[in-house]
Order: sequence, then C-alpha cells, then structure tokens
Amino acid sequence: MPSATHSAIEAVWRIESAKIVAGLARMTRDVGLAEELAQEALVAALEKWPESGVPDNPGAWLMAAAKNRALDHFRHSKLIAAKHEEIGRESEEGFTPNFDANLEDDIGDDLLRLIFTACHPVLSTEARAALTLRLLCGLTTDEIARAFLVPEPTVAQRIVRAKRTLAEARVLFEVPRGEELGARLASVLEVIYLVFNEGYSATAGEDWTRPALCEDALRLSRILAELAPQEPEVLGLVALMEIQASRLHARTGPSGEPILLMDQDRSRWDHLLVRRGLSALERAEKLGGALGPYALQAAIAACHARARTLAETDWKRIVALYDALAQLMPSPVVELNRAVAVAMAYGPEEGLALVDAIASEPALRGYHLLPSVRGDFLEKLGRLDEARGEFERAASLTRNTREIRLLLERAAGLHPGLRVVK
Amino acid sequence: MRFMMLMIPKGYESAKPGTMPDPEAVAAMMKYNEDLQKAGVLLALDGLHPPSMGARVSFAGGKPKVTDGPFAEAKEVLGGYWMIQVKSREEAIEWAKRCPGSENEVIEIRQVQEMSDFDEKILPPKVRASAQAIGDRLARKSKKR
Repeated sequence: MPSATHSAIEAVWRIESAKIVAGLARMTRDVGLAEELAQEALVAALEKWPESGVPDNPGAWLMAAAKNRALDHFRHSKLIAAKHEEIGRESEEGFTPNFDANLEDDIGDDLLRLIFTACHPVLSTEARAALTLRLLCGLTTDEIARAFLVPEPTVAQRIVRAKRTLAEARVLFEVPRGEELGARLASVLEVIYLVFNEGYSATAGEDWTRPALCEDALRLSRILAELAPQEPEVLGLVALMEIQASRLHARTGPSGEPILLMDQDRSRWDHLLVRRGLSALERAEKLGGALGPYALQAAIAACHARARTLAETDWKRIVALYDALAQLMPSPVVELNRAVAVAMAYGPEEGLALVDAIASEPALRGYHLLPSVRGDFLEKLGRLDEARGEFERAASLTRNTREIRLLLERAAGLHPGLRVVK
Repeated sequence: MRFMMLMIPKGYESAKPGTMPDPEAVAAMMKYNEDLQKAGVLLALDGLHPPSMGARVSFAGGKPKVTDGPFAEAKEVLGGYWMIQVKSREEAIEWAKRCPGSENEVIEIRQVQEMSDFDEKILPPKVRASAQAIGDRLARKSKKR
C-alpha cells in the first residue's frame, strides 16, 4: 500500500472519526456498535482508496460506508430475531434505528452526546479516559496504551468492558439536562484534564512530558467549548490548559530534565497560547463563572502568565485565589500549593508553618511534592541538612526518572554551611 | 504541530488599495473558518490588505530602503493566513483541501518552527537571556507609565 495514501487516510480519520461514530451512535443507540461499524468503514477505505484515490468528500464516503454496514447489521439481526421469534422485543423497548435522519444536520448535538456518553460516571476514570481518546480523539488502542504506559491488551480490554458497562447500564445516548447536567459536565471536564495532565507531567516513565497528549486534550476542550459555549467551566478548563500548555517547551531542559515554573525562561513561553488562555478566561468570567474550580485555577495560572519576571508575580492575588479554591474544593493538594504562594508572598517561615500543619494528611502520604516543597522552604531558611533529607525523600516517592534525577541533584547541591545564593 | 496555511491569491499583487473580496466568497470562507474552529484546530487567522497599501523594507548594502506598494516585481503575495494545530502534515493538507478556494487562489502549507527546533548553536543561552532582558525592560517601562 502506498504510504502517502495511508497517511492521508489517517489524517481524514483524525478529522472525521468522532463525527462518524457520533452519527452512527444516534442511529443505532449503541456506542460500542457504532464504533465497530465506523472501524469497518475505515478498513474499507484502507482497502479501496489506495487504488481509487482519496474521494473528494472523504467524510461523506466514510459515513455512507458505515451507514450501509449499519443497515446490513440490522437486517441481519432482524433475521436472527425473527428466527427466535423475539421480534417484538425491540419495539417494546421503544427503539427502532433511525436511518433516515440527515446525519449532517445535528452532528454537533451528536458529538456532545458522544462526549457525555464516553465520560459517563458509571465508568471508572481510566475507562472514561481510554474510551474518550478512542471515540473522540480517534486514537488507536496502541496509541492509548503508549500514552498511559500500559500494555495494549489492557487498554483493549478496558475499552471492551467500558462499552459493555454502558450497554448493561442502558446509558442513554443523550445530553443530560437540568440538575444532572452539572455533575455530568464535571465528569467530562475531569477526564479531559486527566488526559492533559498525563501529558503535562507524566506520572511515570522516562519522559517528563508527552506534548501529543496535551494537544489531544486541548483539541477536545476547544471542540467542547464550541459545542457548549455558554458553560463557563468549559471555558475555564480551556483557559487553564491553554496557559499551562504555553509553558510546555519551557518546562524541559536540553537533556529532557524538568524545569519548574519559577526557574523557567519566560521568553520560551508560547504567547499565542497565553493570549488564547487569557481570552478564554475572560469569557468564562463574563459568563459569571469566575469562581468555578477550573476558572479559579486558570486565574492562578493567568497571574503567572501575566508576570514577565518571577519578581513581578502578584503572589498576594495568587494567595487570595487559592483561598477561594480551598473553600470551593478543600484538598491537601490545594493547601500545599497555597503554602507555596504564601511563602512567596509572606516568606518561607509562613509557608513552612502551613506545610507542617498538613504534613500528616493521609491524602499527602507518598505524595512527592510535599517533601519537595518542604525541602525548598527549609533550603531558603538555611536549614540545609533537613532540606537535603526532604529532597531525598521526595526522590524516593516519584516514579518519573527525570524528576528523580532533578531532586537528587538538588539534594546533592546542598552542603552544610554553604548557602547557595541564586 | 503547527502549520501556517498561507493564502496566495493571484492578482492580489496589483489589487487597488481597499480591495475587498466579494461577499459570497467571504461567506464561504467564514463557514470554513467556523469548521476549523469547531474542529478545535484553529489557533489564529488574519486577512491582509493588498500590497498597494503596504510597503517593503529591503536591506541591500546593509541599509534599510523603503519602497511603497504595489511592488512591480512581486509575482505572488499573501492575502492572509491561518495558523492551525494538527497531528501531521497530512492533516494540514487535508484541511487546506477543504478550503473553498477560487480558481486564482493557492494555499501554501508551511510548518511553524518550534523553540525546540532551535538548538544551542542557532540561539545560544546568552541570546535567549538578552531577549528576556529586553522583554523585562519593556515590562518595567510600561509599568511605570
């Protein structure tokens, strides 16, 4: 097969797959089946296009191919049903596949339904993430496996089980309304941010960041913001991720080592993404969403983004924003971040007192950033022996090899009586 | 990865000042822009006034020399650009193919250089640092104002 056509098909698939799966899911009311049918259409394209060339409207071609397979499928299952004299069952459940609807008409609604279905709370977080990457970002099982550093069969099984769970729980292919909407939207945003974070600071493995995953998450969040333009938290998440992504290149040194926010070369921040992030945040705030959890986190990220130098950072405002965030979603991790801001605004003693107050939190047990932050405060206070111990402890708690190296280097750089002046 | 889709409309090199595209073409293009936006790939876009309203600064002999537009020697000029973020060069091409371009229009696709494309030789840390210092000074000035 000529590889040029193959790459062209891949590109078309990247653009069209979610829409095709979404359209088919509305038709069949079965997300699992819809994805299988879409895959069959892809296989057909892989067989035909290398000879016939890529059609003028490849999306319509794929949709038509998938739709034909759906018709075949239902004819076939109707035959089986007739044999078993169960033909009444389907109408009892009030469902007959809808083949006549113009799929292009409501493709936006279908996409939104697909997002809500793939991120349904009935599924585990891992299952939601895998299914979302598969159905909405068009990633292969192998790509998802590499993204999460798990074996391919594990991901394949996760997806099969997720589809089964959705079918068994009779999850409707619809956009939730009323009171349910808030919780369901939170579940969607959680999955997108999880995918982003897995790319932004990989929890395990050799690479500190995997930018491709960040781009997938950003793309999906931008799509969602177009589909649900009145939801401030969607814009808040977009803003947060745009601003965080603006630092992607500055977060890694020449040999792949992590560079923390305060040490980053700000000229390497991506100002196009910063601008996009700030404008999304502004829209979220105009919609009255300034105090949403993602909008607040975006506002904190925006404080850093606006400061051209570390010294210009408005740490007092950041402390205030963390205060609001801690009220909204009290968590030891938020407290830890707040302690860092407090230390910057009011001195390391203040920060250390806050960290010590939360040090025994069970949720922070084994969390490498706790000793890492504590070590930083102790170093600034000149308590170098204690600081070294904390950095070493932090190194023993993370699985990311780049981060381990960074922490051990920091520990090794501290000698009693020798104050490192930066 | 990021790509610029550069729109090159033949004839724009000699277009009169204030020339605007016809409303039908604008409507089709707006729809296309919307599709890019809805797909989450559009980062930025702009349309450019004709070169007859612009100027060129050349540096022959190491000295800047200004020439007002239109530029007699120009065979191809830009009419506008899109900046998109996509998975591959093929995806950028696929998006360009969907543009409702007219007979006289050509889209050139070019990958945007990332900071990481610049190794230490091209942009040594010293240069980077001085770029940062300029930014800092500007920031301080604008703050004082």
